[in-house]
Amino acid sequence: MSAPQKPGAKRLRTTALLPLAAVAGMLGLAFSAVPLYDAFCKLTGYGGTTMVADAAPSTVLDQRMNVRFDANVTPGLPIAFAPKQREQGLRIGESGLALYTVRNTSDEPVSVIATFNVTPHAAGQYFAKLECFCFQDRVLQPGEEADLPVVYFVDPEIVNDPDAREIHTVTLSYTYFRSTTQAAAPAAQAPGKEG
Amino acid sequence: MANETVHAEGADHHDDHRPSLWDWKRWVYSTNHKDIGTMYLIFAIIAGIIGGALSGLIRWELAEPGVQVFAEGSAITAWLHMDSFHGYNVAVTMHGLIMIFFMVMPAMIGGFGNWFVPLMIGAPDMAFPRMNNISFWLLPASFSLALISMFVPGNGDFPGFGGGWTLYPPLSTSAAHHSGPSMDLLILSLHIAGVSSILGAVNFITTIFNMRAPGMTMHRMPLFAWSVLITAWLLVLSLPVLAGALTMLLTDRNFGTMFFEPAGGGDPVMYQHLFWFFGHPEVYILILPGFGMVSHIVSTFSNKPIFGYLGMAYAMVAIGFIGFVVWAHHMYTVGMGLDLEAYFVAATMVIAVPTGIKIFSWIATMWGGSLRFTVPMLWAIGFIFLFTVGGVTGVVLANSGIDTVFHDTYYVVAHFHYVLSLGAVFAIFAGFYYWIPKMSGYRYNGFLGGLHFWIMFIGVNIIFFPQHFLGAQGMPRRYVDYPEAYTFWNHVSSVGYVITIVGVFVFMVMLIEMFVVRRKAGDNPWGEGATTLEWTLSSPPPFHQFNELPVIKPDKRH
Repeated sequence: MSAPQKPGAKRLRTTALLPLAAVAGMLGLAFSAVPLYDAFCKLTGYGGTTMVADAAPSTVLDQRMNVRFDANVTPGLPIAFAPKQREQGLRIGESGLALYTVRNTSDEPVSVIATFNVTPHAAGQYFAKLECFCFQDRVLQPGEEADLPVVYFVDPEIVNDPDAREIHTVTLSYTYFRSTTQAAAPAAQAPGKEG
Repeated sequence: MANETVHAEGADHHDDHRPSLWDWKRWVYSTNHKDIGTMYLIFAIIAGIIGGALSGLIRWELAEPGVQVFAEGSAITAWLHMDSFHGYNVAVTMHGLIMIFFMVMPAMIGGFGNWFVPLMIGAPDMAFPRMNNISFWLLPASFSLALISMFVPGNGDFPGFGGGWTLYPPLSTSAAHHSGPSMDLLILSLHIAGVSSILGAVNFITTIFNMRAPGMTMHRMPLFAWSVLITAWLLVLSLPVLAGALTMLLTDRNFGTMFFEPAGGGDPVMYQHLFWFFGHPEVYILILPGFGMVSHIVSTFSNKPIFGYLGMAYAMVAIGFIGFVVWAHHMYTVGMGLDLEAYFVAATMVIAVPTGIKIFSWIATMWGGSLRFTVPMLWAIGFIFLFTVGGVTGVVLANSGIDTVFHDTYYVVAHFHYVLSLGAVFAIFAGFYYWIPKMSGYRYNGFLGGLHFWIMFIGVNIIFFPQHFLGAQGMPRRYVDYPEAYTFWNHVSSVGYVITIVGVFVFMVMLIEMFVVRRKAGDNPWGEGATTLEWTLSSPPPFHQFNELPVIKPDKRH
């Protein structure tokens, strides 16, 4: 052998297991980043992720908050989508109701889904919704128009957060995408309350 | 040359007669760390020429306002099917990917790492010689896929992927932007390059942990071996994350998953987090072996041991460690919370401490030393100077407030070319001029080497220094055209490129001259300052070295 003092193959293989385990571990971590990232955003309202609440808060402050509404449609989707009101003012802790309108402008049924976001991002965790039309597939028949309600409130805790208490205006933004899970399913969705 | 019969597996060899240069089996079946290192170096030179030619097209285009080179029907780019704005984007993207994955990494880790880690630690070869062969031969396959991706449909009918080397979604996933197979080929290419690097890293870690010569404790190990060890750990910890992110891109593109697709509840910003969790350690992967090489060169030509050996080794460990917790400074503009930005600013600036330890230790090594300004020493000092300039602009960019303004401007381009194009590449040339007498057995013409250094030094500074001004004035990256106000410094920058090309030409002349004239180098052409084990061997080293392992004395430290 050219390498008389070469350590035994077994020892080399044992050492090699160490970096290989690191590779396997990091690969696993990369994929577990998907649910972790999602859970992290939901838990902390990070990056403007809004919170879903079951009940309105019991306290209402005197301090007021302006809420602006914004609507976007992904390019190429044949729908008209707009908020019915540009802005609402309400007291922190008070529940507000806002309406969006969506209309299918094509002569085909389209299946759509909405996502939302709040800016400034620091306000995301204090912006809670009791009722919202997000993350649900909705089929719009040709020409169909629908009013979509959002019931929301701003958590009074916001005034205790040094990063967020200077915020007096927040913008709620919805974006409609073409739904990819049930592409243009012909079955009409029963009209009614959205989740 | 009588016993030229080749045993493809070098492990069966007893004699030191190397097989013929012209036997293809010697290279294709190679298990010899020096042959594999040589192939890595040649591969890196070829990839560097291709990547450099792409940057030439970019500088040619930007020499004047208006669109000339990447205009439809332009004779310069038509034969590459790049005569479109999209072609410019492809050139920018592929220049970055080729230089990182197929030039700097193969040269530093594959080339010099393979050649000199076993020699420096007194090992007969790498721990897994056949795996070493696979590591290398995956690279030409990977590179071919990357090159093919430039010529198959990417964006509509336009060939190639033009979304930048970071491959951000939605540009890399959306059917509206890159529906063609180009991006899929690129993903596959990077997967294979990643496997190649991970196998290589496992090999280095196992070799360094198990095969050091008797008496060579970790704390007596040469700094280049230290730097490769740390680099290898960065590779095994960061590349799998890139592999994961790339796999998600692939399934998003082809199998209907929604990892980065907001319509399905995904988030494109998560790709940026995953990418930069790989991407930031990657920039240290590109520079750490250079740190190791420069340490040896500065020490050799100061005729002194390196100042603060342990501090130098653990500064690299610290850089590697901190490198994993600063990734979001590449994405200050995605809308992070203020607290998080403050953390990433602080953590990023902390890196300046171990880096400063290295810079000052190099200077302290030179201080009071018996300096010889040989060609490798010129490159090493050039490296220290240019890397420091790039480091200073790095500290500027670490501030999220300033970065919000400079994000995606030429200021950033100037910064990372100062640390990588001028830093890493100067380190590679320093290592090349330091070790080529050992690798080839011949001395080069010192005048040509010095000429190469000075032309390159002037050229790259003229290319990249004006880009600071352009960036500060607000010129964005990755655009094919610019307003006339930016003409002057862009023109200067392109002139610098032409000067650099002359430097590369001098390098080629130097190489040819060296192999034609064949001055014997001798075992140690650098004298008593060169104390590491490779200089105890003949030049070139025997095909199989250290049949009797050297024993390292406690005082022998580098």
